[in-house]
Amino acid sequence: MDLIYEKCNHRQAFSIPKGQIPEVSFPQELKRQHPAELPEVSELDVVRHFTHLSQRNMGIDTNFYPLGSCTMKYNPKIADVVSSFAGFTQLHPQFLYSEVYHDCIQGALELVYHLEQLLSEISGMRAVSLQPMAGAHGELTGVLMISAYHKHHNNTHKKTILIPDSAHGTNPASAAIAGFQVQEVPSNSQGTLDLDCFRKSMNDEVAGIMLTCPNTHGLFEKDIQEIAELAHKYDALLYYDGANLNAIIGQCRPGDLGFDVMHFNLHKTFATPHGMGGPGSGPVGVNERLLDFLPGPRVTKNDDHIFNLEYPKNTIGKSAPFLGHFLVAVRAYVYILMQGSEGLKEVSRKAVLNANYVLAKIRSAFPPAYDRLCMHECVLTAMPYHDFDVRALDFAKALLDRGFHAPTVYFPLTVKEALMIEPTETETKETLDQFCNTMMELAEQAKQNPDELRKAPITTPVQRLDEVKAAKELNVVHPVNTSKP
Amino acid sequence: MVWIPVTNTDEQEMLKVIGVSSIDSFFEDIPPSLRLKSWNIPEGLSEIEAYQRLDSLSKKNRVDGISFVGGGFYDHYIPAVVDYLSQRGEFSTAYTPYQPESAQGTLQAIYEYQTALCRLTDMEVANASLYDGGTALFEAVMLAVRVTGRRKVRIIPGINPIYEQMLYTHTANLDLELEYGKNPEDCACVIGATPDFFGNIHDFTDIARNCHEAKALMIIHFYPIALGLMKTPGEMGADIAVGEGQCLGLPLGFGGPYLGLFTTRKEYIRKMPGRICAMTVDKQGKRGFVLTLQAREQHIRREKAMSNVCSNQALCALRALIYLCEVGKKGLIEIAQDCYSKTEYLKKKLTEFVSVINSKPTFNEFVVRLPIPAEQVVQKIKQSGVFPGIPLKSLLEHCKQQIPSKDMDGNRYGDIGDLLIAVTEKRTQKELDLLVELIRANIS
Repeated sequence: MDLIYEKCNHRQAFSIPKGQIPEVSFPQELKRQHPAELPEVSELDVVRHFTHLSQRNMGIDTNFYPLGSCTMKYNPKIADVVSSFAGFTQLHPQFLYSEVYHDCIQGALELVYHLEQLLSEISGMRAVSLQPMAGAHGELTGVLMISAYHKHHNNTHKKTILIPDSAHGTNPASAAIAGFQVQEVPSNSQGTLDLDCFRKSMNDEVAGIMLTCPNTHGLFEKDIQEIAELAHKYDALLYYDGANLNAIIGQCRPGDLGFDVMHFNLHKTFATPHGMGGPGSGPVGVNERLLDFLPGPRVTKNDDHIFNLEYPKNTIGKSAPFLGHFLVAVRAYVYILMQGSEGLKEVSRKAVLNANYVLAKIRSAFPPAYDRLCMHECVLTAMPYHDFDVRALDFAKALLDRGFHAPTVYFPLTVKEALMIEPTETETKETLDQFCNTMMELAEQAKQNPDELRKAPITTPVQRLDEVKAAKELNVVHPVNTSKP
Repeated sequence: MVWIPVTNTDEQEMLKVIGVSSIDSFFEDIPPSLRLKSWNIPEGLSEIEAYQRLDSLSKKNRVDGISFVGGGFYDHYIPAVVDYLSQRGEFSTAYTPYQPESAQGTLQAIYEYQTALCRLTDMEVANASLYDGGTALFEAVMLAVRVTGRRKVRIIPGINPIYEQMLYTHTANLDLELEYGKNPEDCACVIGATPDFFGNIHDFTDIARNCHEAKALMIIHFYPIALGLMKTPGEMGADIAVGEGQCLGLPLGFGGPYLGLFTTRKEYIRKMPGRICAMTVDKQGKRGFVLTLQAREQHIRREKAMSNVCSNQALCALRALIYLCEVGKKGLIEIAQDCYSKTEYLKKKLTEFVSVINSKPTFNEFVVRLPIPAEQVVQKIKQSGVFPGIPLKSLLEHCKQQIPSKDMDGNRYGDIGDLLIAVTEKRTQKELDLLVELIRANIS
């Protein structure tokens, strides 16, 4: 398919109203020398180009997408509709910082206030800030609060954050970007945190511990009470990575489990669209300890139901320019309002049921990394096919030919040839059956006809791509002079 | 239950296959004392009720005013195709393109976006986007620190005060020295914005040259629409150029999602944060696209990664790309010219009776000093259906800025009478004249 730059034909799709104001010439010495070589195409060219591009994608709307750790659940369309109301989309953010405009933003402030309350209640945390703009940004904000907390208490010796080996890469990266040293704690043979190693790693220098629960093996950290007690004994703060909140929502709450600070992924648990990798939204929740360190401003409500702003006493400052990804928050808000109390509890129950069903149906061909019931996702291995020279990646590609998106592969790093499957609660049993049957057929094919399997995918717009060439030649920008005439 | 299709019959069959009697078995690892007893979450609403609730909330906001409010976020027109195309589910409900064969639409769009951004800025490489202009600036500083190994950062006065505060927040634990100035000696970087927050256009060519002599990096914050006309970061010698992409087809949306634009020189690509898409070929020699240089990223490198970012703003980047394709080479120049001409028209009319503080040419925004508190004037004018701009003092206070706040030429801003006024191509001559009359009528 052509690049849009190869379709340039000196046409103009868009122009502005003419003849309103006499043109004033821009200062010559401040002008750019050549115009930016942007496409010059008709509007229909634009529409066809991007429609064709979209057809070269898989999304939840088109295919089952059991990408482990990413919670690819159905994105309700009502959320798109309400978030496009003019009263939200056209609202200027700078009204936030001018009290004289606060009468213009009461609806938005009310929404933020109420959503923060709902998320606090869902998580058992004392307060929530919607500011962080994605999960990893929530982690960074959370770790910055941990840092500010220790500085405030003169805990200058606290330099280390402990992170299990099964954690997402963002955890150690966020801790490092925030200026901490990272120490890894291994998992035990049951797939949860090795408590003995954890005990040995705990000392006065530990500022915090970042945990995902259930962890990326799809297993609940059953020693969580001991972990929390030990952490708090050393005045280390316990961070909850909300990546897997879908597994426990309505069953237990991070705040009740002993966590001090956490982030949510609204684009996972609360079904806002992933948008090819973003925008996400990663609100942070804190308990009493970190309340004064939250990013500001915070929305408050007075006795006359007027919404206003205030800054926490020891605020870390601004995580986002305003109150975070507001239009994403609108989507999450309507999702929570419609699910309601019983709906949210049902989310985790059915997410966990679906994952265990897939596990039970295909475990004979793809053994689980840990032989027990799982939570919202199951981590299996393609090791049995190693002798046939068929890898997890080959199964992933073969699934694309059969109309399924691939599971996450090669993560968590603790499991060889990992296939991480998260079906989510929004899929029907029929879809799960089709997927499981396909997996079993592919397992058979791996033994009978491995060559064929390794050729996959063949029905996609392109076949397997040369990543070495991509990294070596680094063609990351289309040069101007190669456009077709 | 909404959006949960498993029926009771399904559930029984599935439990039988799994070999447990109830869903509760799956939650047995949670210590019973820690199980949720009760919570204060309301019962679910139907779609009709939810629609009505949100409709009424949205109507408690006021968006009916003719807007002259800017401050880094602008009321530009969004062509219809941007919403229409970007809302396709194949785009909006896809994930990060980790399986490139089933994500060629996403990947080609990123490649085209990177290209558009480089052509706009005259920079050599761009990443696939960051969260917003403020975090893009933070990541730019981090890149400069990685490249130079130095810890001193100089800020030329006049960058968006919101971004300045975000920079302090994000670097609080990193032992960096952030100070005002333009002397690059011993610095990782010098940061300048053009146009700056008060609307002034600067030429940083000389400062960039000084940076290179001192082996420091020049970071320029740009405004994409202005680049329809204005000297580019590349032409001025920027090493890193960052900006906010909201003006490229994204709604104001009370704060986001927006789009962090990030570009730099090719020699720094291996230290650049964020995703990068590259062109390659498939097994049959057919052109295709993949994410590349992933060894920089957190999912491979963990604590040694160049950045912690995982999510980016892919859908917002797509919108910006569609916008740039739709307005095209000539349209962008027309829009920039129109913003400039209208701003000059308004400035001229206003200088007849109030003073403009800017001493340099401005693009589409400037500051007037009113003889009475700007908030009072705004309070009156907004009753007439016009949002006349941002009272600067309040905004600067919210960003913990010293008042007065200066630009690089020493002009002082933040007086109680200062109003920041922005103009876009959406404003008509009639609206500009109306604003002039309203200000005139309300300051005496």
